[in-house]
Amino acid sequence: MIRDITLGQYYPADSVLHRLDPRTKFVGTLLFVISLFIFHTFPGYGAATVFLAGMIGLSKVPVSFMFRGLKAIFVILLLTVVFNMLLTPGQVIWQLGFLKITWEGLMQAGRMAIRLVYLVVGSSIMTLTTTPNQLTDGLENLMGPLNRIHVPVHEIAMMMSIALRFIPILMEETDKIMKAQMARGADFESGNIMQKAKNMIPLLVPLFVSAFRRANDLAMAMEARCYHGGEGRTQMKPLKYKGRDYAAYGILAGYLALGIAFRIWGI
Amino acid sequence: MSIELKNVSYQYSTGTAYEMRALKHINLTILDGQFMGIIGHTGSGKSTLIQLLNGLLKPSQGQVLYNGENIWGEGFSRKKLREQVGLVFQYPEYQLFEMDVLKDVCFGPKNQGLSQAEAEEQARKALEHVGMPKELFGKSPFELSGGQKKRAAIAGVLAMNPRILILDEPAAGLDPGGRDEILSQIASLHRTRKMAIVLVSHSMEDVARYVERMVVLNGGSIAFDDEPRKVFAHYKELEHMGLAAPEITYVMHDLKERGLPVDTGAITIEEAKESILKALKGEMP
Ligand SMILES: Nc1ncnc2c1ncn2[C@@H]1O[C@H](COP(=O)(O)OP(=O)(O)O)[C@@H](O)[C@H]1O
Ligand SMILES: [Mg+2]
Repeated sequence: MIRDITLGQYYPADSVLHRLDPRTKFVGTLLFVISLFIFHTFPGYGAATVFLAGMIGLSKVPVSFMFRGLKAIFVILLLTVVFNMLLTPGQVIWQLGFLKITWEGLMQAGRMAIRLVYLVVGSSIMTLTTTPNQLTDGLENLMGPLNRIHVPVHEIAMMMSIALRFIPILMEETDKIMKAQMARGADFESGNIMQKAKNMIPLLVPLFVSAFRRANDLAMAMEARCYHGGEGRTQMKPLKYKGRDYAAYGILAGYLALGIAFRIWGI
Repeated sequence: MSIELKNVSYQYSTGTAYEMRALKHINLTILDGQFMGIIGHTGSGKSTLIQLLNGLLKPSQGQVLYNGENIWGEGFSRKKLREQVGLVFQYPEYQLFEMDVLKDVCFGPKNQGLSQAEAEEQARKALEHVGMPKELFGKSPFELSGGQKKRAAIAGVLAMNPRILILDEPAAGLDPGGRDEILSQIASLHRTRKMAIVLVSHSMEDVARYVERMVVLNGGSIAFDDEPRKVFAHYKELEHMGLAAPEITYVMHDLKERGLPVDTGAITIEEAKESILKALKGEMP
């Protein structure tokens, strides 16, 4: 049960998007998000819809997975829509006491909803088609220039990938320890908050002990293999742009140009 | 006391791309006072099976009955069940958390609602029964050796006075000396406390000497369920399942093939010696 969650977002499939360089996907997602804020008219959103639908089609990931992320922001989405609808001044089309819906409010609410939904779906496409490790690799590479101002980019990326690697392991461990203590009559469900917190001790102590032990073992194993940080370190699979990445950047440039053009012409 | 599995199947991650059928149509009855072994290759479903026995996992299909009552029926207390069916997990040393060994062993009895004094009495008795030296009772569990941690963890379940004790690979990670010691300690628990014991292992050699009944799991199904000597008669099939019968089984079968009328069901070296001597005497009139 716990293992299901930890497999993360990644959906294994064989598509062009899966094969793209993680840097391309990261930059692409960023540009798509920016474009959502450049567009402010419905023809503009039409262009974004076409672009997004194209990407979903290319990714070969079932559409239902794309919209799963929306569950998390449902409340925010609802609040945004309602407040925008009710609180924007303008031409009143419906009124009940002090509550009134304006034409401008309706438009504003629609715009905000589209932006939020597209933002979440757009970034889901990236996380669904890129493994966490590829993502950290890509980020490390993109952040490379920050090294000049003494930001330890490699170390941060290494910590991120180790943390990601350990999430499923710790989840599994939690599951095991919980069952072992339940076999000894532990109760993790009933009681008030204070009792519940106290009941967690038999779970948390062994969990921390094991996390420290694992961290210690890993540090030792890395040192034994002469790990000494990022300096002078090369990669086994260096990131390399291929033809499809240049094509993707071309499409992105075209899409962004369209957005800017729409804005200038005021469509 | 009896536990009965009726046509039980279990799947992990049901309904996802990672669905995994760990157990298929298991029928099994565990009786009071029985010393039973569950043997199977790694991944054959042993650990899954025993978690079904005390209600830590819910069967995907089929029923688990305790004294004839469905443990997943309405109003059945699985917490009470877990007091009766003690389960010691593989690597139980990871469940220790208290300041000292005695307090840790008290955790189970206290969850049963015993007073501090009663719990401590149970804990002391349990620790003695698993052969823990008295001077270690006040030590931090994290300072014990691997074998001692295992003993402390077994005592932690034993202190709840279960009717049946299930141990998942209790000898894993121990050296041969420590392994024999802990296994014979478990065998003596069976004798002194008259409790039913289920010993899970992937090694025939470990279990053959002690158990009166042996259940062999293969790929999530029961392949054999019989006395050890009868199970070992299928030593060729066992090999296909990645399990080996004890060395002595091979020796006896070889002898028989060469014409010496020995008992191929011998399990221990002692039995084998007797049988060989008898056969040799019979040949020389
Ligand atoms: N929490 C889990 N989630 C998914 N699959 C599991 C889980 N635990 C065990 N399995 C799988 O179920 C099968 C049986 O496992 P298990 O009962 O642990 O076998 P054994 O104890 O005999 O080694 C294995 O193939 C294992 O990979
Ligand atoms: Mg196991």
